[in-house]
Amino acid sequence: MVKSTGTSNLTRSNRNWIRGYSIAALVMFITYQYLLPWEGLPLGIYDGINKWMPPAALNESLVYVIMALGLNIIVGYAGLLDLGYVAFWAIGGYCAGWFMSEFFYFLNINFFGSVPAESPGIHINFWLVLLIGGLVCAFFGALIGAPTLRLKSDYLALVTLGFGEIIPQVFFNGEDFFGFNISNGTKGIVRVDPIPAGVKNLGPFDFGWKLLLFIFLAAVMVFISLRLRRGRLGRAWLAVREDELAASMMGVPLMRTKLAAYAIGAFSGGLGGVAFATHVDGVYAERFNFAISIFLVAMVVLGGMGNVWGVILGAFVLSWVNGNGLAAFGSVYNETFGTSIDFTSFTFLLFGLVLILMMLFKREGFVPESRMKLLMHESELDEEESVEKKKKVGR
Amino acid sequence: MAKTVEGMQFKGTRGQIRKQKIETTGAIIVGALLTLWIIANIIESPVQFSQAAIAGLRNGLIYALIALGYTLVYGIIELINFAHGDLFMLGAVFSSFFITYWIGADQSNGFGWFAFGLCLVAVMIFGAVINVLIERFAYRKLRHAPRLSALITAVGISFILQFIGLKWNGSTPRQWPTIIPSGDIYIGEVRISLLTIQLFLIGLPLLFGLNYLVTNTKQGKAMRSVSQDKDASTLMGINVNKTIAFTFAIGGAMAGAAGLLYQQSIGTTNYNLGFQLGLIAFTSAVLGGIGNLWGAVIGGLLIGLIQGLNDGAPIGFGQAWSQTVVFAVLIIILVFKPAGILGKVTTEKV
Repeated sequence: MVKSTGTSNLTRSNRNWIRGYSIAALVMFITYQYLLPWEGLPLGIYDGINKWMPPAALNESLVYVIMALGLNIIVGYAGLLDLGYVAFWAIGGYCAGWFMSEFFYFLNINFFGSVPAESPGIHINFWLVLLIGGLVCAFFGALIGAPTLRLKSDYLALVTLGFGEIIPQVFFNGEDFFGFNISNGTKGIVRVDPIPAGVKNLGPFDFGWKLLLFIFLAAVMVFISLRLRRGRLGRAWLAVREDELAASMMGVPLMRTKLAAYAIGAFSGGLGGVAFATHVDGVYAERFNFAISIFLVAMVVLGGMGNVWGVILGAFVLSWVNGNGLAAFGSVYNETFGTSIDFTSFTFLLFGLVLILMMLFKREGFVPESRMKLLMHESELDEEESVEKKKKVGR
Repeated sequence: MAKTVEGMQFKGTRGQIRKQKIETTGAIIVGALLTLWIIANIIESPVQFSQAAIAGLRNGLIYALIALGYTLVYGIIELINFAHGDLFMLGAVFSSFFITYWIGADQSNGFGWFAFGLCLVAVMIFGAVINVLIERFAYRKLRHAPRLSALITAVGISFILQFIGLKWNGSTPRQWPTIIPSGDIYIGEVRISLLTIQLFLIGLPLLFGLNYLVTNTKQGKAMRSVSQDKDASTLMGINVNKTIAFTFAIGGAMAGAAGLLYQQSIGTTNYNLGFQLGLIAFTSAVLGGIGNLWGAVIGGLLIGLIQGLNDGAPIGFGQAWSQTVVFAVLIIILVFKPAGILGKVTTEKV
């Protein structure tokens, strides 16, 4: 009985989010596309927005949201700790660099590209590159996932960490990769094609429209996440996360389930990578470092593993603090109290403290998934209590 | 379930036997390729090979000292202590300040050696105290929490230690005077720096001392017992908390000593050097078989050797691919033989 009411509630709430999400998206879009350039806007508000949440920072946060949603499928749903997610970001980025720029100047391929047909290089339509980037990443996700299938938690994290170090280094040294230039090395690939969006091509400074695009991509990932979570695959992931042995006894195909998690999670990394390449208008190898992988894991964990909304919140807050918030707060603080403290140098301390305190006192994150909350505190309950509580939470 | 199977002298199901065969074949192939590579290098240029190998082994000694901390902690509470590399970094920064500013030794003479000896003791105490504090205030509460929570906490600690390093050492690398006498001796055409020899003379006693501590003392016995079964250890009258704290202390002391040796051999410190070296050291611990003391030492020396040969020997990928080679080794080992070189499936931990 619990099960049936639970399911119908879930299907209803499963669609409810679209309305709220669209309204939020529209408000943000109108603010940044029309209100911000409007001359009648009071200077105070204009300065405030530009100081606390400039358009570029907002778009970057959204890229992090897309990434974190993908990582949430791997870490939050399937419980496979991935410490090398930045590899997918890099691969997605270079897909954009390869297929929508003049990088391969000796070729001249133009497939619905947004630049004139005679320009050198490969120019494939952005929307197609998005798909290509996602699929290439999904392929690599499965490839990286395959050797980890036999491994348990910590070792698995290490293998992904290894790949997360190797792949960016391949791109970093890619100027001479067995005689081929695959990435332009440290110089990076500068300039990628604008995004064709109907009447207009979106360049690097069309923040408002790109905001809408990124919100849409994030929405796609939210939709995929929520749908999968309720479906057969999602339930299989949860089963694997909670007890691998029991899941395989119940007939869950471990290999296929885990590989699917890696592939779908990596797909999102590809989307984010392509989006980020258009955001910064280029691909730069030194950006893809281990800190980003950790940062993404922190977003997922702090927001609430397995809960899409928690993850979005976590990604927003952390990327904002890291990118813009702390610097803005620092300058306000220094102005008010006449001090000259370099607040950005406290990033390490802040993140370290936040991670530790969260793990000590609120392990399940800001917006926890009810099931994950139980899992995190299972050791504090005895057997009967935990079974009872699990029954209440249902699936 | 797996444990009862092992207990009954049952060699495993057909699948398990096949898995073991794959593991053995993989290990043999990798080993053969490695040997081939080394032989090819020896034939190509014996002098360059030896020099690269010696430089590699010197780094390997430092990796081994750090790896011991990883392996001890993993052996006893099954936690990858991500902060350990940064503890090593703090050790290096501490040694620099201790020798150069607080004692004021900057030349290799009698006073320099006195400062060095004093610093070795001080930095080991420093590392031990910090590691015990970390264990007490962060890890202890998470001992029964899911693995992921402890791992994230370790990452958080690593950030905080890096912050301390950043504020202490500054955001740019710093150059320091070294007090170990430099100079070279020649064996045939091979140049060996005196530094290397002295580092081994200092480092090896530490390794043997640690081994003695774990295998021959009462405290070591308690550590081995706690790593096998905490509840049973409590019943036998062992103070589990104290034993774990002690393990962290000696792991921290080793990291501190490694920091001093690193600072004296390289001469520069940087706030983020702990991260990369920590990862490499952890790879060493896994390579040797995590939880196994001599495994960490052998793994460290082997990784140092591989890295040294890759960077310096005539046939290799060169320094730009250093990390790739190390992590490729890590992945290959984890895939084919997760237990490492010395580790057995039912390995005796610590």
